[in-house]
Amino acid sequence: MAKIIAGFASSHVPAIGAAIDNKQTHDPYWQRVFSGFEKAKKWIADVRPDVVIAVYNDHASAFSVELIPTFAIGCAAEFPPADEGWGPRPVPVVKGHPELASHIATSAILDGFDLTIANKMEVDHGLTVPLNLAFGSPDEWPCPVIPIAVNVVQYPPPTGRRCFDLGRAIRKAVASYPDDLRIVVFGTGGMSHQISGPRAGLINSKFDKAFLDGLTKDPKKLAAMPHLEYMREAGAEGIELVMWHVMRGALDDKVKEVYRFYTVPASNTAVGNIILENVAKPAKKAPKKKALRKAA
Amino acid sequence: MAQAKSKENEYEDIPGTFVFNAERSRQGYGINMFCMSLMKDENRKAFKANEAEYLKKFPLTPEQTDAVLKRDYNRMLELGGNIYFTAKLGATDGHSFRHLAAVMTGSTQEDYAAMMLKGGRSVEGNRSRSGKYDKPAKQTSAKPKAKTAAKSAKKSKSSKKRK
Repeated sequence: MAKIIAGFASSHVPAIGAAIDNKQTHDPYWQRVFSGFEKAKKWIADVRPDVVIAVYNDHASAFSVELIPTFAIGCAAEFPPADEGWGPRPVPVVKGHPELASHIATSAILDGFDLTIANKMEVDHGLTVPLNLAFGSPDEWPCPVIPIAVNVVQYPPPTGRRCFDLGRAIRKAVASYPDDLRIVVFGTGGMSHQISGPRAGLINSKFDKAFLDGLTKDPKKLAAMPHLEYMREAGAEGIELVMWHVMRGALDDKVKEVYRFYTVPASNTAVGNIILENVAKPAKKAPKKKALRKAA
Repeated sequence: MAQAKSKENEYEDIPGTFVFNAERSRQGYGINMFCMSLMKDENRKAFKANEAEYLKKFPLTPEQTDAVLKRDYNRMLELGGNIYFTAKLGATDGHSFRHLAAVMTGSTQEDYAAMMLKGGRSVEGNRSRSGKYDKPAKQTSAKPKAKTAAKSAKKSKSSKKRK
């Protein structure tokens, strides 16, 4: 039986991708950001998920204003990196898991989530930057990735509560999948930032830290936060944080926070990373990987 | 633009911010589709070769055309452009998101970069035009400090930095 073992959330700043692609990760400016992800990398290398479900948003790459799906699940066998105006990022093609993705789509739709099914989709930095932050820059990504794209470009994005409930529906779907797969769910985007208009550059570290606390300890209350508050407190584009609720909803109520990292800035943005593990042991076949705790 | 109907549009009270809602999306369809076209290299070249001529292929109002030609990024947002789309115009000119952000705030590149390194623009004094939301809502634990005004949020049209 498939099982969600942990959640991993991180920002997906495009400049981080550019720093990786241009080999600037050791510059002092970027070192501060990348060194913070070293523990996360070690953690995921120890955990070795069989599949990643990555919740992210498209930035006018696969979807323009012609078609704006609120939630879209990638059911294709692969997802090529998109040309975002500078040519596609030099990262591996993302390999999907069509069987599990279709199973999740079927289960979630019957559960009341009208997911859009994407059988052909390019993926932009919103997805590939978090993969780099978790897995570095390998020739191939180490496991299949199921992209779930969330509209956070045109107002309104889905509510935090709806995102959380989608996480719940994903969890239920995974639990009914017959193969033994250990899955990590990624929530991406955020943290506080505004990149548009005269208020650009807004950063609210207090908000971000409170958000991280709430995500671990009181996720249902956090998920009730209205959109207005994200936009006012965390910047117009800080609303990307709603995607972290999908990740959190896919986990157990009680989780163990194994790692957290926060820094300002990366380009225009605050950068956050948090790893939450389900505490309860899987009913059977717990692949003993407990040494990973020492990573932190 | 139609008047804010209700609480639903309360976000219009956030200073220095153009929320990309359905109305702006309709209004800015031409700008955003023009920007999408810049994802192809041949289109970037055609645009750069004759900007005004290229823009005729898209349903833009004269104001929108003017904003694009002048690289007035705030005006584009006001007229329905979205930053993820207009950034493609910036990329065509060789500019990053951060470069555009500095332009939109009316800062020099150096001042903007320095502000970010110091922790970014404070939310204090930048929550609300009306003053109704000078303090954070209860969900966040933040305490309001003495009001340090970041007044650059007032300037709404600043595009001196265009190339």
